[in-house]
Amino acid sequence: MRDGQVVKGVQFRNHEVVGDILALAERYRDEGADELVFYDITASPDGRSVDRSWINRVAEILDIPFCVAGGIRTLQDAEEVLNFGADKISINSPALARPELITELARRFGSQCVVVGIDSRDEDGIYRVYQNTGDPDKTSHANRETTDWVKEAQERGAGEFVLNCMNQDGVRQGYDIKQLKLVRDNCTVPLIASGGAGTMEHFADVFKQAHVDGGLAASVFHKQIIEIGDLKTYLAGEGIEIRP
Amino acid sequence: MPEVAIIDGGGANIASLRFALKRLGADSELTTDPDTIRAARRVILPGVGAAADAMEKLRSAGLDKVIPALTQPLLGICLGMQLLFDSSEEEDATCLGIIEGRAHLFDIAQDQPVPHMGWNRVKQTRNTVLFNGIPDGAYFYFVHSYALDTVAATTGRTSYGRNFTSVVHQGNFMGAQFHPERSGKYGARLLQNFLEQND
Repeated sequence: MRDGQVVKGVQFRNHEVVGDILALAERYRDEGADELVFYDITASPDGRSVDRSWINRVAEILDIPFCVAGGIRTLQDAEEVLNFGADKISINSPALARPELITELARRFGSQCVVVGIDSRDEDGIYRVYQNTGDPDKTSHANRETTDWVKEAQERGAGEFVLNCMNQDGVRQGYDIKQLKLVRDNCTVPLIASGGAGTMEHFADVFKQAHVDGGLAASVFHKQIIEIGDLKTYLAGEGIEIRP
Repeated sequence: MPEVAIIDGGGANIASLRFALKRLGADSELTTDPDTIRAARRVILPGVGAAADAMEKLRSAGLDKVIPALTQPLLGICLGMQLLFDSSEEEDATCLGIIEGRAHLFDIAQDQPVPHMGWNRVKQTRNTVLFNGIPDGAYFYFVHSYALDTVAATTGRTSYGRNFTSVVHQGNFMGAQFHPERSGKYGARLLQNFLEQND
């Protein structure tokens, strides 16, 4: 650490990246983001334990809630992430592989910090869940219909869903309103829309039409196509209740 | 002796609260020791989890007797605020009984997801030192499934299907249903007000 920034080459190769994470977290905090989600893609695919101390650095500077996703497979993984200061953990493929994980996490830590991420797309008129979407070579069907999985996960104690609509992901053509509406009608816990945001109108559409509780976006913010403060002013003007 | 004693209820996720206090220049200690708690300038009762569990942990450390007798400013956060009241519908838990009232589960509906998670406004219904410098109707971050109706000690209320107590102040006992440590600059201001009020 130097001047409050993690510097390169002290112990771990990824420190420069971590420095970027902190700078980005600070920027979004100051721009008025209501919550941040960190996808930890360094999560070890071969089962080795990973260094998650960056979560502690993030917790130190953030005064808004944040969620960590990626590589959380056990109660111990979850406990470590929460003890480092994350408010929520998000699980996806490990929950599909072993749905009991949701039950165990909810019982141990409370539903409020157990987010279930779902990657889903339309296939001949039926929405189906995909797994291991982080790695194109490993992405496969989870052999579940999306609404069935939503109901089961909620029954098991999921406290929030992030629905990543794969058809829309990264193309910035708008959220998948139809799919989000369907999931909204099948759950009674908070639902966060993910995938497809390209313009400020897309955010207004998803709140008004799909009644989601939050809109998640990455590229439009990272690439500074949309500034969070401007977006919030716009949404308030559209009659959507949002923290300024 | 730390400035702030945080009562250890055994839950994970105390880091964010300790960091928030540190940003305000206050050192804190996580403890269940009655003497440490009695001697601290400020006491915070946090709480994530279920009311019955949390009360059981307090009882096993003898804190169900210690806490109501404290005379320095105490702030209950989230479940910690609910524990200050008589009881909770959650597993029919008997709480500390400092403030009159019972926590009830929210009505669950498609248009009203539970847990209630997110940023909501706090309407300031009575003056309290906790609101110094905070505009009426400011947003704070909530995470809860149970809530208290408004009572005489309520100083702030929030609406989620029904009006509930979001800030309470009775003598030296204060509480916030939201998480000030995760509520941006106004959350930090509320914590600062709690720390800096006259003893």
